[in-house]
Amino acid sequence: MIRVEDVSKRFRRNVVLDGVNLEVPDGATTVILGPSGIGKTVLLKIMAGVLAPDRGRVFHDGKQVHFGRFADNRDLAGALGYVFQGGALFDSLTVAENVALVLEETTRLTRAQIRSRTEEALRRVGMADHAGLYPRALSGGMTRLVAIARALVADPPVLLFDEPTTGLDPAIRERVTIMIRELREQGRRAQVIVTHDLEAAHLLADQTYMLRAGKLVRADNVRKEDYEQAYS
Amino acid sequence: MKPARANIARVRVLLAPVDYLTFLVRCLVESWDLRRTWPRFIDQLSVHGVGALPVIVLTSVFIGLTTAVQTSYQLMGVVPKYFVGMGVGRIVLIELAPVLTGFIVAGRSASAIAAELGAMRVSEQIDALEVMGVDPYRYLCLPRIMAATIGLPLLVVVTEVVAVFTALIISARMLGVPASTFTYGVTHFFMVRDFTGGIVKAALFGMLIGNSGCYYGFNVQGGAQGVGRATTSAVVLSAVLILLVDFVVALIFFNT
Repeated sequence: MIRVEDVSKRFRRNVVLDGVNLEVPDGATTVILGPSGIGKTVLLKIMAGVLAPDRGRVFHDGKQVHFGRFADNRDLAGALGYVFQGGALFDSLTVAENVALVLEETTRLTRAQIRSRTEEALRRVGMADHAGLYPRALSGGMTRLVAIARALVADPPVLLFDEPTTGLDPAIRERVTIMIRELREQGRRAQVIVTHDLEAAHLLADQTYMLRAGKLVRADNVRKEDYEQAYS
Repeated sequence: MKPARANIARVRVLLAPVDYLTFLVRCLVESWDLRRTWPRFIDQLSVHGVGALPVIVLTSVFIGLTTAVQTSYQLMGVVPKYFVGMGVGRIVLIELAPVLTGFIVAGRSASAIAAELGAMRVSEQIDALEVMGVDPYRYLCLPRIMAATIGLPLLVVVTEVVAVFTALIISARMLGVPASTFTYGVTHFFMVRDFTGGIVKAALFGMLIGNSGCYYGFNVQGGAQGVGRATTSAVVLSAVLILLVDFVVALIFFNT
């Protein structure tokens, strides 16, 4: 479970998050809705511990996330999978090496075990045939699929998705949506999705929030007109 | 600028050296995991050491030629000819090889490291490492700083050999100093301290070059413009620190 307590963040005079509180339960998918630039990614990065809030605390299964330039969150290694909007794959590594990296660097698995788990993760997202390619040879949709495989390979209890369905062609969009639903149905993970895609939110969410003026507002089954009106 | 903002800017400038050194300590002290770092260290040594060899050899040739001509111009007719060999040997070992090789590696490697890490910061690859629980200081910075620290002294030795050999050839062919006389000057006045001082300097230069590239690359803000600024800053800081450390080491090693 992730618990966000009284988190605030501003960039110069622009208050992005203003005393945000959130509980993300295990086995459920929490969707945070809002248009681009509203601060969804900022909240997600604070939850992941890669961006420091001005105020507030974040806990993963009761363990406090440390912030700051030299913060040490090694005890959270393998606890978190994060699918970045742009993929954030390492240019100098192949698809397989990208996926295997977290296992190589944070576990003591043998090479054979790492290879097997990497192949399994790539098979799961339908990218096993592209294991030897470099990220520059992938389309945006394929990059997103590899990023999902990388997030899944260590089997983390928490998955964070930043706009997972945005900018994808319909086929890959559907594949990603089905995959996230399957992960939810396995019922173990806490999943957080930030998106401006209302349709995806309806398909995937167990609980939905809208981010407005730095505050989170509960918005389960929000209608399209109400969503659009909220930000007009 | 408002007074409060001006004060904040002053404090930042004053704290910058502390931040720079803290970064270096964080990379070197807390990051050791040789089993995982070793392969990446070898990769980086290949990029920043072996990769620099052609330009280092080329510049060393010119260092040797110019030093021989100028030493000859200063000394010929005033002192015996073997002093040309002595002058070339000692000035190359003590000063020219470490400092000029340091400048070339700073221009080549500090900029490359800052640009690479800066691009990784901008494209969230460093964030991705942190999220995975992979220490980015160990994964990215330590191999680069180690490679520069160990690679630069090796390159300096190459510079010294090529420059002195080139100076010997031009002295014998064009300056009227026989090869045996030149060699006598180089070897007779050779002092181990000159060589070790140059190598120690080179190792320190390498560490600072690697750290400057990593420091500015890690702290990139903004997009491509930020990467450009980081690249420039890394080279400029490396050059300034090379001259600063050169003076400090001169005081320690060569102050009689």
